[in-house]
Parts: sequence; C-alpha cells; structure tokens
Amino acid sequence: MDLSSINPVLLVASIMVASTPVLLAALGELVVEKSGVLNLGVEGMMITGAICGFAIAVNTGSPFLGFVAAAVGGAILSLIFGILTQSLLSNQVATGLALTLFGLGFSALVGQSYVGIRPPATARLDIPVLSDLPVVGGMFFNHDIMVYVSLALVIAVWAVLKFTRVGLILRAVGENHDAAHALGYKVVRVRLCAIMFGGACAGLGGAYLSLIRVPQWTEGMTAGAGWIALAIVVFGSWRAPRVLLGAYLFGGVTVLQLNLQAAGLAIPVEYLSMSPYLITIAVLVVMSASKGRVRAAAPACLGRIFHAST
Amino acid sequence: MIRLERRPAPSRLWAALTPALAVFATMIAGGLMFALLGKPPVEAIRTIFWDPLFGEFAFYYRGQLLVKAAPLVLIAIGLSIGFRAGIWNIGAEGQYIIGAILGGGVGLAFYPMTGWYIFPLVVLFGAIGGWAWAMIPALLRVKFNTNEILVSLLLVYVAEQILASMSLGLLRNPDGNGFPGSRNLSAYEATANPELIAGTGAHWGVVAATIAVIFAYILMTRHVLGFQIKVSGEAPRAARFSGVNPDRLVIFCLGISGALAGLAGLFELTGPAGQISIDFNQGYGFTAIIVAFLGRLHPVGILLAGLLIALTYIGGEAAQTNLGLPSASIDAFQGMLLFFLLAMDTLSNFRIRFGRAKVA
Amino acid sequence: MTTEDSTAHSTALLTLEGLTKAYPGVVANDDVSFAIQPGEVHALLGENGAGKSTLVKMIYGLVAPDAGRMIFKGAPYAPAEPRAARAAGVAMVFQHFSLFEALSVAENIALGMEHPPRMRDLAARIRDVSEAYGLPLDPFRVVGDLSAGERQRVEIIRCLLQNPQLLIMDEPTSVLTPQEVDILFKTLEKLKIEGTSILYISHKLEEIRRLCDAATVLRLGKKIATCNPQEETARAMAEMMVGTVLQVPERKAHDEGPVALSIRELSLPAPSEFGTALKDISLEVRKGEVLGIGGVAGNGQDELTAALSGEQLSPSGSVFIRNDDLSTAGPAQRRAAGLLVAPEERLGHAAAPAMSLIENALLTGRTREGLARSGLINWTKSGSFADAIIARFDVRTPSARVAARSLSGGNLQKFVIGREIMQRPDVLVVNQPTWGVDASAAAAIRQALLDLAAKGAAVVVISQDLDELMEICDRFCALNEGRLSAPVPAAGLTVEQIGLMLGGAHDMHEATA
Repeated sequence: MDLSSINPVLLVASIMVASTPVLLAALGELVVEKSGVLNLGVEGMMITGAICGFAIAVNTGSPFLGFVAAAVGGAILSLIFGILTQSLLSNQVATGLALTLFGLGFSALVGQSYVGIRPPATARLDIPVLSDLPVVGGMFFNHDIMVYVSLALVIAVWAVLKFTRVGLILRAVGENHDAAHALGYKVVRVRLCAIMFGGACAGLGGAYLSLIRVPQWTEGMTAGAGWIALAIVVFGSWRAPRVLLGAYLFGGVTVLQLNLQAAGLAIPVEYLSMSPYLITIAVLVVMSASKGRVRAAAPACLGRIFHAST
Repeated sequence: MIRLERRPAPSRLWAALTPALAVFATMIAGGLMFALLGKPPVEAIRTIFWDPLFGEFAFYYRGQLLVKAAPLVLIAIGLSIGFRAGIWNIGAEGQYIIGAILGGGVGLAFYPMTGWYIFPLVVLFGAIGGWAWAMIPALLRVKFNTNEILVSLLLVYVAEQILASMSLGLLRNPDGNGFPGSRNLSAYEATANPELIAGTGAHWGVVAATIAVIFAYILMTRHVLGFQIKVSGEAPRAARFSGVNPDRLVIFCLGISGALAGLAGLFELTGPAGQISIDFNQGYGFTAIIVAFLGRLHPVGILLAGLLIALTYIGGEAAQTNLGLPSASIDAFQGMLLFFLLAMDTLSNFRIRFGRAKVA
Repeated sequence: MTTEDSTAHSTALLTLEGLTKAYPGVVANDDVSFAIQPGEVHALLGENGAGKSTLVKMIYGLVAPDAGRMIFKGAPYAPAEPRAARAAGVAMVFQHFSLFEALSVAENIALGMEHPPRMRDLAARIRDVSEAYGLPLDPFRVVGDLSAGERQRVEIIRCLLQNPQLLIMDEPTSVLTPQEVDILFKTLEKLKIEGTSILYISHKLEEIRRLCDAATVLRLGKKIATCNPQEETARAMAEMMVGTVLQVPERKAHDEGPVALSIRELSLPAPSEFGTALKDISLEVRKGEVLGIGGVAGNGQDELTAALSGEQLSPSGSVFIRNDDLSTAGPAQRRAAGLLVAPEERLGHAAAPAMSLIENALLTGRTREGLARSGLINWTKSGSFADAIIARFDVRTPSARVAARSLSGGNLQKFVIGREIMQRPDVLVVNQPTWGVDASAAAAIRQALLDLAAKGAAVVVISQDLDELMEICDRFCALNEGRLSAPVPAAGLTVEQIGLMLGGAHDMHEATA
C-alpha cells in the first residue's frame, strides 16, 4: 500500500467534483420536501437528466445545452410525479418509486446508442489570480463552472427560504397546507413549482455525472446517488448549509475509498465500494436517534396528501 | 373544469377495473413509444402479449411463464403485506441476493455430500438470509426511528458488493479455472431445484409462491394480524388505540417480506440461475414492487399481476430477438404501467366531476 | 317588507341575497338572505351542520355560491379567492387550521398580508396594535409554543393589521377560559366603537345575547329568522336553532359505590414538542359516578386520555382499576380489565375512516365480545355486534358495511360511544363526547352515559363544553397545563368559580366559598 500516491490537492479537488451531483439533487429535494412533498423519484430523475444531458451534449457539441436539456428532462419527469400526486392525489411513496423505476428503464432505452461515446468537455472556469494560487488554486479555483453553480445554489436556496416571501409561502405550504389554502395560497401550484425545481436540480446532478464526473454513459450509472441525496436531506435537517456539509462528507468518503482502492489497501475492493452506502446508513441512524430534533425540523405536512374539501 | 370529489367509500368496481384499464392504456402508450423508436407498434405489442401464449413457439414460452412469475409473486406477496401497513420495504433486491448467498453458501458447504435433508436446510437458510437482511432496517426503525425506505434501499447496493465479493472470493468455484462464480448448485443433486412437471417450468419456487398466496389470503382476510396490518395502514392512531404494537408490526412485516425475498433468491439460484455470480440478480426485487401495486396489494391480484409481468419479460425477450427491440424498453414499459395504475387509482377513491368553473 | 329591504341595501355594509350552495347529497345553504350594518356585531347562529361554515366561506372567497349574490359597500361583491376578500376589507379569524406552528408570530402574520412590510417594521406594528387592543404578543415567538388564547390573538392581530371593515369570527370562544372571553369581548367592543362590523359565529346563546346587536339563525341550510338577541330569550333562540323542544337528560339518584378507577400521582413527560406534560395527577372515580374534567383545549386532555387508554404507558403504581395496577398494560389488557375509552378524534383515532362499521366494531370489541378465536376473526359475529350497536344507538346508516367516514359526525359518534357502552365497561372514559355533534345526537349520547352510570359503571367525561359537564356530572375538576384540580361537587358551581378553576386557581376553598 502506498498512501503517498494520494495528492492532497487532487484529493480536495476531486471531493468537490464527487460531491456536486448529490449536492445538486439534494438541494432540489430539500425544496420539494420543504413544500411538504416527498419525492422518492430522485434516482429516476437523476438518471433521466444524465442521459438527456449526455445525448444533447453529444449531438450539439455543447455541454451547456446538455445541462439545459438535463434540467428540462428532469423537470418534465418530475411533472408526471407532480400531476399524479398533486392533481390525481396518488400515494407519494408509490409514485416516487414508479418514477425511479420508469426513469431507469427509460434512460437505458434512450441511452443504448450512446454507450462508449465520450461527451464534449465542459470548460473549466479559469479565475484570474485565484486559479493560479499554489495549492489553494488547484483545490478550489480550478473547477468546471457547475461546481460553482452548485455552491451558488446552496446560498440561493438558503437565502430564498430564509428571507424572501416566496420562501415563506413555500415553508407555510409545507407546514400546514390547510391553513395555507384557507389564507388563499395555491397549495397545488406552489408544490408543482417546487417539484419541478427539484426535478431540474436532480437532472443537473445526473448530467454532471455523465458529462463531467465519469464522463460517459452507462446504464444505471447513478448507482444510488439519488437515494443518497434523499438521505442527505434528512442528515441536513432540511437546511441548505447542512445539506452542503452532508454532500461533501459523502463525496469525501467516496473519493477517499477510491483513493484507498488505487493505493492498494489490504481491504477488498468490494468492502471499500460499499462504504459510502454504509456510512450514509450510519449517519441516518445517528440523525434519527437524536429524538425529536429531526421530527421537529421536518416539514409537518411532509408526504401528506392535500385535497381541498370545499 | 374537472374536479375530484372523495367517494364516501372506495369503489370496489373501479378497484377491480383499474388494473385492466391501466394495462390497456400502457399498451397504447407503449405502442406509441415503439413507433417513436421506429418499430412496428402493433406487431411489438402482439409479440409481447400474445405470441408467448398463443404464438408458434408458445410451447417453449409457456414454461418460462411460471419460472419468471414465481420469484415475482413470492417477493410481491411479502412486500404487499408491509405496504398494506404503511411499512415500505423497497430493498427486496438485497434480501433476494443475501438469501441466495446464505442458502447457497450452506449448500456449498455440504458439497459433495448427498442427503435428503440438504435441500430443506438450504431453503431454510435462504429464508433466514433474506429475513436477517430485512431485520437491519426493521431494527433500526424500531430502535432509532430510522426511515426504512432509505435503509432497505441503500442495503441493496451493499448486498451487490457482497455478491461481487462472494463470487470472486469465498464462494468461487475451486474447479472453475479462476473464472468468477460459484459451483453450479442446480447441477449438484443435493441442492438442485429441478422442474417438477416437465414442460410446465414449475419448480419448488412455484410451489412456494402458491403456498404464499394462500397463506397471505388467509392472513389478510381471516386473521387478526392481517386486520391489524390493514388498520395500521389505514389509520395508524386507530391501530394503536385498538392495541396494535407498531414495533412488532414493523418487525413482522419486514421479516416476512425479507424471508420471502430470500426464498425467491434461493429458488432462483438453485434452479434457473444455477450459480452465484456477479450478475446473479436481475431486478426481480424492484419489479415485484410493480407487481404488488398492479395486484392491488391483494394476494390473488398479485398472482395474476405476477403472471402478466412475467409475460412482458418473456414477450420482451421475444421482441428483442424478433424485432430488435431494446431490452430496456420492457423496464420503461413496466414503469409506465405503474404510472397509469396510480393515475387510475384515483377513480376508485374519487368521483370525477365535470363542473362549472368557480363563479368569479 | 320590500321598502325595508331597500333601505337596508342603501345603508348595509354587506347584503346577502339568495345565496345557495349545494354539495352532493346535501344543500349546505338554501336561499340565504340577510344584511350586516356598519358597526354592528351580527351573530350567525346554528347547530353544527346548519351551514354556517359554508356561508362564511362564500363571504371569504373560499367557496363560490351556486346561486345568489352579495353586495358589499354598495357594489356587487364576488371574491374569487380569499385574497380578493381581504383586499375588499373582509378578514376572518378561523376556528381551526389557520396557523403555522413551526413559524414565528410575525411570519404567520406576514402570510396573511398582501404586501407585508419588512420583518422588523412588521414586528413593531404587531407590538403596537396588540397593546392598543389589550392583546399583548411577542412577534418572535414560535406559534407552536403559544397557548390557545395566545394563538387566537395572533389570528385577530393578523386581521386587524389589514384594517378590515368586516371581521368574521368563527366560534372564537370555544378555546377560551371565561376570563379570556372577557378580554376578547372588550376588544370586540372597542372595534365596534371604531366602526368595524363583526360577523360572529357561535352556538352559545348567552354569549350572543351579551355581545350581539342582531342574530341570524340558520337551520339545515335555510335562514329561519333574523332577530334582536337582546329581545329574545335564550330558550326562544334555542328552539329556532334546533327546531324542536330539547329534552334535558334525566338523572336518577344513586348511592356511592366503591372506587372503580384511581390515578395516583401520575406524571408523564410531553409526548411531542408541542404536547403537554401531565403533572402529578390524582383522582378517584366511584362506581355509579360521573366525573367531569373541564378545561380549555391543549391543557393535557389528549395526553390524559392516552394515559388511560394504554396508548401511553405509565410508571407502575399510577393507574388502577379496582386494586389492579394497569399502569404498564397496553390497550387490549386494559379493555379486558374493564377500562374502555372513547377518544376525541372520531375519524382516524376512534375509528378507521375507510373501513366498514363491521371492521370498526371489531377494532375495540374483539376481546370483550369474543369476536376472534385463536387468531381467526369471526366475521359473522362481528357483523351482528355492529348491527346491535346500530340498532340500540339509533345510528343512521344504510348498513354496517359502509365506510365509517360516510357517516355524519353525530352518527359516527353514537356508533363509537355505543361500541364501548355495549361492551359493558366497568370504567368508561370519553373525551369530548359531543364535539361537532348535532343537538339531538348530543342529547342521546349524554343520556346513554347517564344510563351507564346508573347501572353501576364509573364514567369520566373530559369536555370543553362546560354546560354539558354541569348537566351530567356528579363531581367536577379542571385540567390546566397538565395539572388536575381537586374535584368538587358539580351541583351549585357558578360560572365564575369554574372560570377560576380552569384558569389554574387551585385554591378551591376560595372558589367554592
């Protein structure tokens, strides 16, 4: 085993890259859950975004259009969930699962002709001075633009939820949909918007995997990232800065185990590969064991069906 | 303007009709999807739904029907019991894998001994493997109130890594010239799960699935426990008020679904699959979720739904060879079916009214 | 008559003409017309189900009428949504469901405004307005931590910040102690002097006689009359509201039996963040006795009910039936021992909404009625048990096979209470037995409870309806912030004494002196 082969600059840089897909998806799901909706279809929306982004980027040669297409693809898929759960009042757990199953099948279908192709490279953001700084420049200021987009999104989601009227209405709908309805807010419309925002974010996260992180298309390439994003929302107790922390912790574990694999640690590869999932479970357990805290932070109407009786 | 109005009681008529309507709608939407892919839609639908039963090669496909349906029904029956109670085990795929590994491992430990007792023992350990894997989310939920949906699902990925490790390491066939994968358990007489009646495809898994359907039917319609499961799903507070212990229900529901998934994995391993290999699991654990909903979480419905979904698998394979239809299209097709079913479920709980818009 | 109407038109703040709204199977409002004058407190009086809620929802823009029209300040008025109603000058204080527990007072108020100022300015205004009307409030407290009375203040302040011309109040006193009612009435008087009209929904006649200038009575969706409540007797208005002469439950004299239920120094922590802890509760109930536990909602009624039903277990040595310690026994064991409970929430707690009455009969009747043997359910026997409840308690339903939620509130309540009474309890605990139930069903339920006590059972009635408790109880005690006062004989208690008990004055010598 040779730990000296691990370069700390590359390690931090790759943690940021590894964390970005789950961070994007988790931020989207955070907004969805704040509005009182539990969408378990994150995995399906991510993989749909991955293939939509990949296909468009390959066909147009523009990674930017690819990301746009991924966001649109994720949002459209989430709209199916939205219509089913908000207008037709179907069970959110079952519909979310259906979304995941459908997304996995649909993406495999569309992706058949894209296996083994390399996508066009996404430009790195070259920041004058900062990118040239020794060590720090390589760690933080030499990434593709999506890394910074995801970080900006953390701040945006946090600020909108905390300081703006839109954020207040969103939280109100998630806390007590009957009261919000009685005050004249359009519960279903607010939730549909939140769901589509969540879909777009998950789509971006998926495209980040297929266009930048991997970068190529393989069937089922999200490998549970959507489920981990769901867990990270719980870990972050529905707060954007803590979701960032959760995503980077997960990214850290992922990158570390990959580095350990490369360094030839005496633990079999399979056990290292399962460690991100095991650690996510452990974190979930710790969070839920601290009684009351999680339940108090969770939006009161999470997963409950809203039907205006009048 | 279309409005939804809650029915005083769920409509039994619509509850029975919606699966058929959903299948019909899926055929139309699926046909459209195939047309977009440049395949003849009518022919594709016929190849999937008709030919396996009544076509030229039906004699071969019909046997496959039970082979595919058995694991689906077995797993879906277990899942449906939990779903009824609002306990969501969606990690059956993992329980299926671990059941196969533990049962298969016990079988391989006896190799090359013979004895009537080996197969029952192997089956028992298959069930124990799935049960134990499901006990992880169950105990975490009971002790720490951890969400069982996420835990059971994340454990699927862990189980897949264990499967890879086993087929490359501990359980690798010592006479396999270094290829990954275990000895063939269906070729080892003591553990083989053969076709019981030639041409039907019926193996012990089919027998187990049939027993599971009957057992679940009695449980859900006649037994107090089944009643408690239904009340817990409908109205959790009323269930607690009536004296149901929610923790014990979580343990029971996850346990039974895990054990049945483990059994399904074991019968697949010792029969159609033969050996523990990296790609042993085929997604039955996830497809069974569709089967459970399509069957309205009712044992008899699940039996029919399992046969129907098995048909789409077989028809999908046929369409792949005959029409060059991608294999993934069947997954998308099944996902679509679940969408349509959930959308139409609305009809059994709500009346659709075409009323005037609000007077503004 | 026509001239009178036209003059009313010209001066009235709000005129309703022929408002009609039908839901499937029921006409909620049938051709309702009346007018509210500026600066008038106008009562809307009626039983549960008379159509009061639907009517105010139409005025507030939550429901559109099928027919009829409204005129507000001389112009046609048809709000498409509450926002339009608020913009026109109509505000509403709800009875339920209108606050967000996890949000702060200021955030809750901002949600009720079209163009809220910045949070800091809003907080200052909240302070000003709340002090001006004698309803002090801290804008930064989380609503979930407030008492019922304080929550109502939040709603009232929310309305007042919009300077409404018409304030609708839906059953505002149902969650208040008599002392808090006095404070509220002072605020309303002040508003009235400032020229604000108030539409005041209630079924409490004395209150209406004290506060209101006019009263419109609704029965079964139709307007019965508009009258001056100061000129009518409470009895006359009650008969307008109910349509028949009500029977007062009969009470038979009985001897004091041995102690059936005793609670000894029971303390339990709050089950959830917004719940109430029970503190050092002790009481004894004798066979043949009806004990009333009064109190404003949210003072531990649900927690005490759960501690008695066995949904919440207690430290051993705190709950006894006769001399058996049942503190750590679950609901099934307690039922077997003779302690039966009917919780407040009918749908979802006492009964499973989507399940049939047969299944709901089985829900609690399994053990005592022998509806299952060695785990297998006897559906025939369960069916006859359900039929027996329906027959004896006059539950109006097409059959026992219909879902519980298809029954009206009163009928389902009769079924739920009947289900427990039919099992011949030694001790029966009921929480809010007549909440949201029409008057005739309420009378039937009260009579059934008295009959049960007359046959030798101990009955505990937890209720917010003080009139009800005075009508049927032998002894009365009050629950306040999780503490139970010492019981006093119900006969001869005055409203003031009860008010002091509910407000937490535990010195009973003063109260009963």
